[in-house]
Amino acid sequence: MTREGWINLCLALGLLAAPLIAVAADEIFYVTLATKVAIFALAGAGLNLVLGYGGLISLGHAAFFGLGGYAAGILASQAQNYEPIASWPITIEGTTQMPVIWLVAILVSGLAALPIGALSLRTAGVYFIMITLAFAQMIYYFAVSWPAYGGEDGLSFYVRNQFPGLNTLDPLTFFAICYVILMIVLAFCSHLTRSRFGLALEGARQNELRLASVGIRPFRIRLSAFVISGMITGLAGALYADLNRFVSPAMLSWHTSGEIIVFVILGGVARLYGPVAGAMLYIALEFLLGGVSEHWQFLLGLLLLLVVLFARGGLIGLLAGERRHV
Amino acid sequence: MEQVLNGLQFGVMLFLMAAGLTLIFGVMGLINLAHGSLYMIGAFACAGVAVATGSFWLGLAASLAAAAVAGALVEVLVIRRLYERDHLDQVLATFALILIFSEATQWYFGSVPLYLNVPELLAGTVTLPGGIEYPLYRLAIIIAGFAVAAGLFLLVGYTRLGIRIRAGESDREMIAALGVDIGRLYTIVFALGAALAGFAGALVGTIQSVQVGMGEPVMILAFVIIVIGGIGSIKGALIGGLLVGLADTLGRFLLPLFFAGFMDASSAKSVGASLASMLIYILMAAVLVVRPRGLYGARS
Repeated sequence: MTREGWINLCLALGLLAAPLIAVAADEIFYVTLATKVAIFALAGAGLNLVLGYGGLISLGHAAFFGLGGYAAGILASQAQNYEPIASWPITIEGTTQMPVIWLVAILVSGLAALPIGALSLRTAGVYFIMITLAFAQMIYYFAVSWPAYGGEDGLSFYVRNQFPGLNTLDPLTFFAICYVILMIVLAFCSHLTRSRFGLALEGARQNELRLASVGIRPFRIRLSAFVISGMITGLAGALYADLNRFVSPAMLSWHTSGEIIVFVILGGVARLYGPVAGAMLYIALEFLLGGVSEHWQFLLGLLLLLVVLFARGGLIGLLAGERRHV
Repeated sequence: MEQVLNGLQFGVMLFLMAAGLTLIFGVMGLINLAHGSLYMIGAFACAGVAVATGSFWLGLAASLAAAAVAGALVEVLVIRRLYERDHLDQVLATFALILIFSEATQWYFGSVPLYLNVPELLAGTVTLPGGIEYPLYRLAIIIAGFAVAAGLFLLVGYTRLGIRIRAGESDREMIAALGVDIGRLYTIVFALGAALAGFAGALVGTIQSVQVGMGEPVMILAFVIIVIGGIGSIKGALIGGLLVGLADTLGRFLLPLFFAGFMDASSAKSVGASLASMLIYILMAAVLVVRPRGLYGARS
């Protein structure tokens, strides 16, 4: 196993061990923190696919995170109020079953990522950054001004959704669900990036012309990656909604997009476990610096600046050294 | 008519922001997310000094100075190290700057919004041809915005600094080889862009409340504008700014009326409002479909 492989194993086991120790020590609060890490890592894993492997800097992934969250929130709150979501032309009932909600969240964010990606990928570089940002803002303002689902105030639902055979109200069980999903998605990403598709995506990042000259259209590869990436981040959003039993436009705001980028960068761009390391570090910093000062974001900003200027490669880059060439 | 003027006023203000951004990107190839923070600094400097001295004009001068100084400092300390980096590092570093500026401002001024009064000279309304009463102050903003636009065109088109800026856009190594101090040029351009943002912030300080986070929505709109206008083009920023300002203001006013034609009042209001809030992004998407590099973008 390579050095990075060992680090990944440590990260995976560490994230699993933290809540178990917390339960043993009767500190349930830390279980919630670990759940948050798992969910943010999942959102970051989605972004890492386009940002890390594809080299496409999307500053709009909050759109998918928020759409997934709203999908969960709307389905759950409608089901709990016994109101169908739509009664014409067909009746669509809400649901509190997590697997159904996840599926809907994935579909909704994928369907949103398709046109957003298709339009944004017409451009490149700085234009791409700004356009993804603008599309996310569009959805954000829509959520703020559309009053049916809470508008600016957001939407809360009272009971966490259910998973057949499990008691999701137990924090540790909910953590386990998030953790298992994270591991499945990471395994999927690992497989994807080593597949033909992943190599083509890597090729599109390194040299678009050369990829085109061997007969692969970069646009399609990138668009597929963008849609898959949006779906993963959307799934994370649905889990996040269930963690808080609340969704609000804040999930869609561009600060969230920035934070998801921060998870990826802090951990290490284009590293499989980069988002896991980044989310751990971020939550730890939020928790520790939050204890030091209520203006912890100032310190976070300072730290982030130092990382960008002097410590490139993120946490995993620091520990595992240069990325080996594929 | 009044709404058209409001749209124009919003448009020129957005232009002030977008012009700075587009200059900075055009000359240095840098994407500056913290441009909204400079706008916020301008607004706070204006409000702070105006409250302390009682003079709006001193506040306005202070806002220009504060934003320019903050811009120059940021350029020398941070931004200078980012020119050679990729956009991702620039995004992240300037995102960090936003966190720092926002929290520092909150630290110093607290989280209670400040309010500025319109200076006496510009208080009251004027009667425009056609018998419309319009606030003099907003009219002054429109005039000031167009004056700045004209000044920028002259500066970039006809002065030595402008020649250097344009030369820096097309070939930075060449003008460095010709003996122009490129580092100083960059600092000047950054400070100029920052001052424009600070000016915009000070001007709107009397129209809306001055608070932390006020810069970010405006900065994102400025991004939309330079995407529409084409990155690096001041003309594009002006056209884009006016287009976005008018579309946004008129959309908010007209769309609910339009939907009220065939819907009941409350749903017309909500559909109209949500569509209006998305209108400029739809406009941007439409422009991109036709011209992926914006209306006046030539940079490849």
